[in-house]
Amino acid sequence: MQVNEAIIDTRRPIETPEGVELGLRVAGPIIRGYAWFIDLCIRGGMYFLFAFVLSLLGSLGLGLFLIVMFLLEWFYPVYFEVYRKGATPGKKYLGIKVINDDGTEVTLQSSLIRNLLRGVDFLPFMYGFGLFAMLYSRDFKRLGDLAAGTIVVYQDKMKEAVPIVQEAPRTPPVSLTANEQKAVIQFAERHTLFTPQRSAELANILENVTGTREGPAVKRLLQYANWMLGRR
Amino acid sequence: MNQDLFAAKYQAQWQLFEQWLNSLDNTIPKDKRPKFDATADIPHIYRQLCHHLSLAQSRHYSAHLVEYLNQLTLRGHQYLYQTRTKSAVGFQGFVFHEFPRLIRERWKLFWLAALLFYGPSLGIAAAIQISPELVYSVIPPEQVSSFRYMYDPQGEHVGRNRDSGDDFLMFGFYIRNNISVGFQTFAGGMLFGLGTLFYLIYNGLVIGAVAGHLTEIGYAETFYSFVIGHGSFELTAIVIAGMAGLNLGAALVRPGQLTRLEALKQASKVSMKMVYGVILMLVIAAFLEAFWSSKGAIAPGIKFAVGACLWLFVLVYFLFAGRRRAA
Repeated sequence: MQVNEAIIDTRRPIETPEGVELGLRVAGPIIRGYAWFIDLCIRGGMYFLFAFVLSLLGSLGLGLFLIVMFLLEWFYPVYFEVYRKGATPGKKYLGIKVINDDGTEVTLQSSLIRNLLRGVDFLPFMYGFGLFAMLYSRDFKRLGDLAAGTIVVYQDKMKEAVPIVQEAPRTPPVSLTANEQKAVIQFAERHTLFTPQRSAELANILENVTGTREGPAVKRLLQYANWMLGRR
Repeated sequence: MNQDLFAAKYQAQWQLFEQWLNSLDNTIPKDKRPKFDATADIPHIYRQLCHHLSLAQSRHYSAHLVEYLNQLTLRGHQYLYQTRTKSAVGFQGFVFHEFPRLIRERWKLFWLAALLFYGPSLGIAAAIQISPELVYSVIPPEQVSSFRYMYDPQGEHVGRNRDSGDDFLMFGFYIRNNISVGFQTFAGGMLFGLGTLFYLIYNGLVIGAVAGHLTEIGYAETFYSFVIGHGSFELTAIVIAGMAGLNLGAALVRPGQLTRLEALKQASKVSMKMVYGVILMLVIAAFLEAFWSSKGAIAPGIKFAVGACLWLFVLVYFLFAGRRRAA
């Protein structure tokens, strides 16, 4: 049951000054690509809107439109990252956000650096260098992120707590390691989300601990979990 | 202590902390944001929370509880340790002290960027005096003729294409175009300085070729009286954008005692300050180009005099501004 979490997980630990370790889940290129596309559409819409409104003002409006275009091209992400908690509308919709790699909120300076360097990430076409850098670096950093010291992480919405089913607590027949205990508790937490078949399938793996199969085995595991939670 | 008891005991404290976080969260609509009573000792609650998180981790409490505490602590961490975005010196301090000092401090880099920009520029301009057809090796023929149209001494509107509109339109155009070029010159530094090198040399060649060609066909007075004013700010800004890019490139090529990544991070902070200055200078340049340089009614003599003053101003600014201790 020992799994090397460092290798298969995208969880990035950061240590706070209080000495506790916080876990962040870094976002990969696919979801960031989606977020970028949503923002592209929103920006496209804004171009049209401004083009329409400002065209009523003649050449003064056209001059203003060029300035608006310039601002949207370079500073659209900066505004949202700095003043809207690290997330452009696209990122917010997909539940990801930009933060500094020490876990603090992104600052104006680091946001500017990562967004002005976007032009290089875009090279040679369609974010080629950016994608390469993301796959090559730890934490999926594109070139702008490397220079600015920023990362894009999932902003997990807290799920409603699923209370662990009450069962008569039962002591496991063998003493389980910490990780094994954790696995059993997690099984009990998630068991209501599984189909009964899937629960049974998982419980069957521990046949030589529970001594039974299928339904009774599931029940047995829930009993162990109750015991581990200290319900006596 | 088992998990259920643990959660029951501290739940109220966690909820209080969450309420405090939500009361500050500007992504929550104002009417849904909870009010918060200011008497609670937040830093203390936060430290307690950190303690609870590490307890929950080491006691292998359920993943959900650990995740909940993790999220809460992370949000608290982001609030309590956020850095002020405000610059330490402020806008005035930056303009009158920090920026010119920074450029002086890196004078070698400045002259390197200037050489890379003005060198090819003067070179091609001189070469065109000897063999005029060289202009077509840098600029396509149709563009050459449009430049000729723009600076024709008999032309009605100096420095403008036939289809371009009024001053404000051109102001918007210069803002977008020139500042984007400045940004690209900076960003090119990420490619070990090669991108910056390209932009500096290429822009130098184009400007040199246009100047050389127009001099050679005898349009010198209209051309130079047009460009001298805003050129002071614009050309200097392009050189400084080049500096910013070369600074990034230098960090990657020669990181010294640091790792390349660390050198890059530090250099990009310095480069960014140069870029702030570049933006400011290019906005001034765009203003001058749109509303002053294009005024055909002003005699070339006056334009040369004002232009010389502007160059002198830029020179004096970079040589002397911020020499004295900041107030």
